[in-house]
Amino acid sequence: MSEPQVILGTNRTGVQTSPEGTARQLEATRMFPADVPGDMSVYTAERERAIREADLIGSVPPPATTKGMVKTALDKTIGKAPEVLIDKLGERLAFERTGVRLYEAMVAKATSAPGADPALVETLRSIQADELEHMNIVREAIETLGGDPTAMTPCADVAGVKAMGVLQVLTDPRTTVSQSMSAILTIELEDNAAWELLIELAQKGGHPLIAKRFKHALEQEETHLATVRQFIRTDLLEQVS
Amino acid sequence: MTKIDNLLDNKGTPLDKQSFTWRELAGKPISKLDDDAFTRVRVILMNGVESDALRLKHFGSRFHKELQLPLAQIRRVEQHQMTSINWLLSADHSPLETTVAYEQVAIEVTAAVAQNEPDPYQAQTYRFGLLEDFDHLYRYAAMLDRLEGKDANNILQGYTDLVPGRPTSEHHRAPGDDLRDNYEKDNAALITKIHAALITGAEYQTHDYYMNIGPLFADPVARALYAEIASVEEQHVTQYGSLQDPAETFMEKWLVHEAMEVYTYASCAEQEENPRLKAMWERFVDYELGHLNLACELFKKYERRDPAEVLAGPLPRMIEFKSQRDFVRETLSREVDLRAHGIDYVPKEKEARPSLDYRAQLNSEGVPANVVSAGYTFKPGTELNEVGEQQ
Repeated sequence: MSEPQVILGTNRTGVQTSPEGTARQLEATRMFPADVPGDMSVYTAERERAIREADLIGSVPPPATTKGMVKTALDKTIGKAPEVLIDKLGERLAFERTGVRLYEAMVAKATSAPGADPALVETLRSIQADELEHMNIVREAIETLGGDPTAMTPCADVAGVKAMGVLQVLTDPRTTVSQSMSAILTIELEDNAAWELLIELAQKGGHPLIAKRFKHALEQEETHLATVRQFIRTDLLEQVS
Repeated sequence: MTKIDNLLDNKGTPLDKQSFTWRELAGKPISKLDDDAFTRVRVILMNGVESDALRLKHFGSRFHKELQLPLAQIRRVEQHQMTSINWLLSADHSPLETTVAYEQVAIEVTAAVAQNEPDPYQAQTYRFGLLEDFDHLYRYAAMLDRLEGKDANNILQGYTDLVPGRPTSEHHRAPGDDLRDNYEKDNAALITKIHAALITGAEYQTHDYYMNIGPLFADPVARALYAEIASVEEQHVTQYGSLQDPAETFMEKWLVHEAMEVYTYASCAEQEENPRLKAMWERFVDYELGHLNLACELFKKYERRDPAEVLAGPLPRMIEFKSQRDFVRETLSREVDLRAHGIDYVPKEKEARPSLDYRAQLNSEGVPANVVSAGYTFKPGTELNEVGEQQ
């Protein structure tokens, strides 16, 4: 490591840096107690009311008719409730597409941040290429099913919301390689579980060829996860040894 | 600095020398963890001041063709001052954490102003509004804990208490009870005019901030709480805005605003601990002196009057950026049950029907501030921390 990734400094957020102020805050809570009866359950009840009354985020666009679908010998059916599969495929497409951009941010970090490791960059570029390949595999699967790969499905939209925190961590110039790889880990963990599920969905839906291609992606994702985990472990152990 | 005359002696940086680069505008942010909470307080306050500087000048332009060019020239610099200040807030502040910081600004700065204000009625108005922003902080702190699982004191750093003030559910008043008596421009102290411009600007930005970020929340309770408190902030803008004398000309208000900007930046420069920010505040004091002097020249040209008619008089000490806990507690104990009736402050039981009816209607399907804070008691490390009170 050329420079430390974690430093001792003037962090002012805790009670130990303002013991007198905190003591007086606690004194205030005794002088001026809570004025509304109840507890967190009041908040939860309001959430439940809103959930019951809420609309959905949106819908899945209807697939083209079976007539227009490109089918293979083994993928002759559009399955039951095809919109479920289309929605999850849309999610995977969005996730992998964002993943390519997340790895681009990670490459910049690995090149320049505290904890920079040139050897890591090559690995990250390789994973990034895989993510792009996966994006295209999913795009082709959606097209095969007569779906529109340019549409944002509800699950795709939610995936974008989920990725916002990771994006913030990776693109903040102040975060370290270690912090950023930890954010990448959450992505890779989800990616693995999601591909497993998608394979099962594709098989149940009567799309064995699509499922077969997805298995290839899952194998690559398993390697990504192992690589990211190993890097984080080695990096942290090096910092304390 | 004791007299504005001293400031007028200093011409500051000429407008044509006030320049920026994009890199300066979007420079390195402060540290949420390591910088002092009052550094963030100053950043938020001055963003609000510059925001209001733009606002005032845009309105002036709509009424004065002859001033449109110089106003546009000064606004361009102020836009860039505002950007370089607001972009100091780092991205690891969640919108709700920034909200907690906004309320800390409202409490600590309004409390400092209330104590510095020589006009008793105006000071009373600051104390009245203070107890409402104080309550907003408590409700938002409860939400930060219960929504994000975070301790508001990570932002406040022990300077500001987290307890109920005048309940937010009772802030909602009919417009006639939000208007206040104004100072009289020929009799008011300069600092009175400066305070009114400053606090109006600060509240305006708080209102605008809540209106922008409220819809970014997914949580229905959070969306509702921002809707409720943004409505009160609009009342506060009404209240503080009406403290100013409507008989002032636009140019008089402009001079007061520029003097306020000089005074406030100078207060920041005097007390800033972060050397990078201190240098920026000092630079902007000089920029504002340039704006003030240009405004004075235009005042002489178009109103054919001496700017000293507006700006003369001593200024008290700088705004004190420090914990105002004792003053706030004393105010809370004495004045929490005050209410507004027209321009007057009255005991709770003398509130008038229009506000009571208005409030009853708005609160008739529940009160977001009550939902979020039911039974909430602040503890270090959040209410989930069982040993919090021993700390």
